[in-house]
Amino acid sequence: MVGVKSNIFVKDKVAIVGAGLTLFRRRLLETPRDLAWEASREALSSAGLTLKDIDCIVVGSAPDAFDGIHMKGEYLADGSGGFNKPVVRVFVGGGTGVMVPVVAWWHVASGLCKTVLAVGEEKMSHAYPHPQGVFAYIWDPILERPLGPNLIWIFALEMRRYMHVCNASKEDIALVSVKNKRNALDHPAAQAAAKITVDDVLKSEVLVWPVQLLDISPVSDGAAALVLASESVARRVTDTPVWVEGIGFTLDNTHWYNRDLAYPRYLEYAARMAYKMAGIERPWREIDVAEPYDPFDYKELHHIEGLMLARRCEAPKLLKEGYFDRSGELPTSPGGGLLGVGNPIAAAGVMKVAELFWQLRYEAGARQVKKPVHKAVANAWGDLMQAGTVVVLST
Amino acid sequence: MVGVGWYGFKPTVPELSFREMMFEAAVRAYEDAGVDPRRDVDAFISCQEDFWEGIAISDEFAPEPIGGVLRPTMTITGDGLQCVGQAYMMIKSGAFNVVAVEAHAKPSDIMSPQEIYEFSLDPNIRTLKISNPLFQAGLDAVAYMRRSGASREHLAMVAVKNKVRGLLNSRASHSAKLTLDQVLDSKPVIHPLTRYEIAGFTDVAINVVLASEDVARRLGDKHVWVEGIWWATEVGTGAVEWHEWGRMPSMRLAALGAYKLAGVEDPLRQTDFSEVEDRFSYMELLSLEELGLGGGGAHRMLESGYYNPEGGYPVNPSGGSLSMGVTLEATGLSRLLEVVLQLRGEAGGVQLKDVRRAVVASWRGPPTYTSIVAVVSRD
Amino acid sequence: MKPERVPGRYIREEDLRRLPGVIEYTPTARYSYSAGQALSEFLRGLKDGRILGKLCPSCRRVLVPPRVYCEFCFTPTTEWVEVTGAGRVETAVISYIGVARERLEKPEIIGVIRLDAPGHAENSFDFAGLFHKLCGVTEDDVKSGRVIGMRVKPRWKPVHERVGSILDIECFEPLQPREVV
Repeated sequence: MVGVKSNIFVKDKVAIVGAGLTLFRRRLLETPRDLAWEASREALSSAGLTLKDIDCIVVGSAPDAFDGIHMKGEYLADGSGGFNKPVVRVFVGGGTGVMVPVVAWWHVASGLCKTVLAVGEEKMSHAYPHPQGVFAYIWDPILERPLGPNLIWIFALEMRRYMHVCNASKEDIALVSVKNKRNALDHPAAQAAAKITVDDVLKSEVLVWPVQLLDISPVSDGAAALVLASESVARRVTDTPVWVEGIGFTLDNTHWYNRDLAYPRYLEYAARMAYKMAGIERPWREIDVAEPYDPFDYKELHHIEGLMLARRCEAPKLLKEGYFDRSGELPTSPGGGLLGVGNPIAAAGVMKVAELFWQLRYEAGARQVKKPVHKAVANAWGDLMQAGTVVVLST
Repeated sequence: MVGVGWYGFKPTVPELSFREMMFEAAVRAYEDAGVDPRRDVDAFISCQEDFWEGIAISDEFAPEPIGGVLRPTMTITGDGLQCVGQAYMMIKSGAFNVVAVEAHAKPSDIMSPQEIYEFSLDPNIRTLKISNPLFQAGLDAVAYMRRSGASREHLAMVAVKNKVRGLLNSRASHSAKLTLDQVLDSKPVIHPLTRYEIAGFTDVAINVVLASEDVARRLGDKHVWVEGIWWATEVGTGAVEWHEWGRMPSMRLAALGAYKLAGVEDPLRQTDFSEVEDRFSYMELLSLEELGLGGGGAHRMLESGYYNPEGGYPVNPSGGSLSMGVTLEATGLSRLLEVVLQLRGEAGGVQLKDVRRAVVASWRGPPTYTSIVAVVSRD
Repeated sequence: MKPERVPGRYIREEDLRRLPGVIEYTPTARYSYSAGQALSEFLRGLKDGRILGKLCPSCRRVLVPPRVYCEFCFTPTTEWVEVTGAGRVETAVISYIGVARERLEKPEIIGVIRLDAPGHAENSFDFAGLFHKLCGVTEDDVKSGRVIGMRVKPRWKPVHERVGSILDIECFEPLQPREVV
């Protein structure tokens, strides 16, 4: 609101104090509630806490149609520790994974919850004959669905536009897939880790040209969880709390074919909101490591630019120079991202935040980036090329 | 809350799509609040569920009709009151000053509502092929009656009180000139509940604008305070066997949380009336008990006329969901809207006199055990 | 190294099928969507072989598809304005798979078309546009990038086949050289 100063000194500083996740695979034996529980348990034990210590629960999960139950959040509630506790489920399509810590943030920053268990879960394997079929229903029923669109169409349209405007080739873009799948070789939960070459990507099955099989992340089951706490609790629980310095979220319009797809302006808006809160003015210089959402290889480049970590159309060139490698100036997806670790939609975003949590604490082992790290940013994307969710972390 | 707007409250709204309804409600709310959504509103929260909407990722349709495009907008899958809870937290955090909350329902677009309720059940329970997926309400009703000593007559009295009251409420499309005998003579649909005791569906879109104290005072005198709000889930829908049948612990916990924030210790004395969950007749009585408004026994208080509009503590003076209809995830906002209108003296035919503070309670309905409670007041 | 422990057990489809207690379920979820005022009129227009847009009195842009509000100005739209249907291709791709990821017999070419419509600045980020099939272009046109920027117009289904649906437009096809719409 104009003329009203926002209180930038939030009531309670918020930190992430624990993280955990399950294996990510095309199909896991565990039920949705089991998955939520396993990830929650890992996160709690990593923080040295139990459910009794948790005040509030935030659950994130994407289309109910995947797990195959209406009001999926209610189903997952107790798997996420929701026994006689406040529980909310957030759902902003693929943006959910990073929306989860955003919502958890205000649970703590408001002073109303001292500790929050934030869980992302997805069980895509329930959907038959193929989870892709669920995406038949995300479209406008009158203007879009009659055309029989497949979700990959919309990504392909965006990728093609990006390639055209930025003069980026498929070879340039495929390097993201190569980098992330290689990074994922060191991630214990990874589903799609591999040593591949650009050639392998270009030889893979063409789905919707220019999108080929190895350009995209797999379909997955999995869950990931974080424990957030207010400053007083955080300092008791750990020596290295990872502070949530900034949060941002934006939704662009539903009419995605009424705007230029070459640039994710919704992400820039969300990023600006988060950077402003975090006091970051030059993200390309101040951010040390990033986990930009990478459901498709070109998307990571798209998001790097939207997060203002590179200028528009500059990301492919920097990628080629090794700028975003683990040993580079600004490592991106050092954990392997969605392309390498897997894409159980809501859990994937939480996984990326968990990766930054471990990176900032120097706990990422073989995945640890070369340079010293202090500030990080993660984003997720969702809906019909609309949702940008951003979280800025620092130690 | 500095502004409210709504559109619908009819069994069907064929002339508008759900997006257009959202727009109408939003325009009215922003006008009421005196804010420009493109400049003054810091965030927009929508409460909706995919399978009510018929769109996988209904969040896609949230921003445009409510002025949230390229602004911080998001969706919570929950009852509208849970979104008000989020707005409360966002404002309390200091990072947001004005937050708009919307929820809408277009059950008239749903051709297979029973099947969608069935789809919300644990898959193991679905294999039992129970003909009415709302059966849990019956189980709770029976357990409640046995524990409390409430009889079928008491449940019927709730239906009569609310449905008749609704005749005075222009927003109540399901009201009726009902008598106790009519209810008692009617066959149960879900034992022991008759068709008069189960709320029907209504289409509506509701938008509520919340603001921090500074902004609220700047905007004028119409504001209504959310003194406290809390919510709780007792168990998930995959574990309903663990629910405490005949009770609503989630509502009790939500109430305790809301009362604590509001500084309320004796709600029956410290508040003037309440709008509570009544989509099934027994729920009004059970809600009152769990909210600490049951005195020596909610059914006895009801019998004595205490909860009547002219009684000592009016409950659901709007006529409740039984006469207004269940508005899916907008049910909590429907109850909240009625409270806001009462406190502002704008409730029309159902206006109470001299009311300052109220309790609002909502339950997400079967098969969930999630409740939300708020304490709301005016200066 | 974190994470220390990663729980979860992978299982193959065949092994899952052999386990006891596997439940198969198909939800019944049927809806009858109210098109609302704006889209109803738009669909009526399509039946008549016209593409209709709606004017925002604030920013003066004609929005296609039409809506009752301009989502940027948050203002109700006012007049109905027919657009020619001509436009240019913003982006286009070739699909070899269908809705449920099955291989298509014949690949489909889809695109986003920026329509000529009053009020929009040249090369603006936001524009009046439609998402539809493209015909009369080859796979090579798409892969080479020739198709982007190509001027196109709607190919309508014959009058008796139009029902008031987005499919009343069969596809968008290239304008012939010197053709004016």
